[in-house]
Amino acid sequence: MTEKTLRKGNEALAEGAIRAGVRFFAGYPITPQNEVPEYMSAHIADEGGAFVQAESELAAINMVYGAAATGTRAMTSSSSPGISLKQEGITYLASADLPCLIVNVMRGGPGLGSISGAQGDYFQATRGGGNGDYRVIVLAPNSVEELGNFPKLAFDLAEKYRMPAMILADGILGQMMESMAFNFDPVDPNKLGKFDWAVDIHKNGRAKANVFSYKGDNLIADVVERAKRYGLIEKTEARFEERNCENADVILVAYGLSSRACLEAVNHAKEQGLKVGLFRPITLWPFPEKQIAALAGHCKGILVAEMNAGQMIEDVRWAVNGRIPVRHYGRFGGIVPDPSEIKEELIKFANHAE
Amino acid sequence: MKKEIIISGFGGQGVLSMGKILAYSGLVAGKEVTWMPAYGPEQRGGTANVTVIVSDDRISSPVLSSYDIAIVLNQPSLDKFLPKVKPGGMLIYDGNGIINPPTRGDITIYRIDAMAKAAEMHNNKVFNMIVLGGLLRVVPFLPDDALERALYKTLPERHHDLIPLNMKAVDEGKEIIKKCV
Repeated sequence: MTEKTLRKGNEALAEGAIRAGVRFFAGYPITPQNEVPEYMSAHIADEGGAFVQAESELAAINMVYGAAATGTRAMTSSSSPGISLKQEGITYLASADLPCLIVNVMRGGPGLGSISGAQGDYFQATRGGGNGDYRVIVLAPNSVEELGNFPKLAFDLAEKYRMPAMILADGILGQMMESMAFNFDPVDPNKLGKFDWAVDIHKNGRAKANVFSYKGDNLIADVVERAKRYGLIEKTEARFEERNCENADVILVAYGLSSRACLEAVNHAKEQGLKVGLFRPITLWPFPEKQIAALAGHCKGILVAEMNAGQMIEDVRWAVNGRIPVRHYGRFGGIVPDPSEIKEELIKFANHAE
Repeated sequence: MKKEIIISGFGGQGVLSMGKILAYSGLVAGKEVTWMPAYGPEQRGGTANVTVIVSDDRISSPVLSSYDIAIVLNQPSLDKFLPKVKPGGMLIYDGNGIINPPTRGDITIYRIDAMAKAAEMHNNKVFNMIVLGGLLRVVPFLPDDALERALYKTLPERHHDLIPLNMKAVDEGKEIIKKCV
């Protein structure tokens, strides 16, 4: 644990990534994540790493593909439309079973959208915008502190399961400053375990390794093996935070920045005597489906609050399976939900659920 | 203790830095802080604003729609944020360029002519510190030495010789802030 300092979200993320052992960064500028490459360009070389401002988002993700194949902790970051451009590279990385980190500091969409914070890319992150049967581990921080600490978690998971991981943040989290501390010691990449799959023959003098994204005759066996791995991750790696859910009548489900507004709404509603709680998925894939199914066993209704027109609500409904009412409260197009509006919705819903 | 503060003025006036120094002051005093800038295109030439929350406890929402304290440094900011001060809250404004002074019976209003004072001190850059001095005089929610310790933390060492001048500005701010009746 380091001393608490005041950091901007994007800078905490970049510093956290370097501390997590990232030694290759490639990206292309876009608001509101520009402080990430800016910080990387100033500091990654001090640790012997490489920074590349690529000619495009496509080039950046494919450079990450190359770097990841050598077993290097490699990452790229962008914002919504830039992440759309990277989808081809992401599905190739998934197909090659390579760990890496992709950061999306979300802005308004669709299309070029706006530079304001939003959560419109939940579908893209959890379903994949690329082709084929693949998954990406998706972590959703809701504070500057988590932005700084999640790169290490992302790489630990990505390497354990040999797959890409994504941190899904938003423009407000990226731009705001908060007091934060890093909860891990800097990782020395030279002391990380060597991967037998890595194309680093020059470094270690080991037998030749190859990384393929085209599988030829092995495709079916590969896809089946990967699906099994995904199943294991769904069973074991879901992360979440619960506040006052035990005796709650109505439970808010929210992630990222909107979960902060929801926490404030829950605190105010509690003062008015309402039995309300907050459930926050920290991993969006794997989604904490079992936990939400369990909540549906003892509460009367669930309100999903997102900065979009209704995306995560589909996963919540899937988990609840029709047993209790599930409603949506969304603000989008760059508007951040106001805690007092969420509280009103919560009260309306609680009265209705009685 | 929890103070929800909006600081708003012209882009380039030092609004974001003022918020940063205030946030650092909270941090050195052991408080939880958030600093949330309006980062849209409105910063270019128009008004800029920043929301700073200083609290004893973990801060839930960094984004707010009403405030305990509004510090407004030009007319557009005053017009925008006067209605968003919570009843019982406070508004502090710089009289420079204000044509329609604020009127609201259910909040406390202070005027601080920090721009004029900074000009008198022949240093426009200490404007920020004059305002912060005035703020902490009328709402002393942070210990006396917090601003100075924050300056040592935020300023690069080569500028540490400027800290006494900045602290003089803080004292000037404490002197010149006036309650409006």
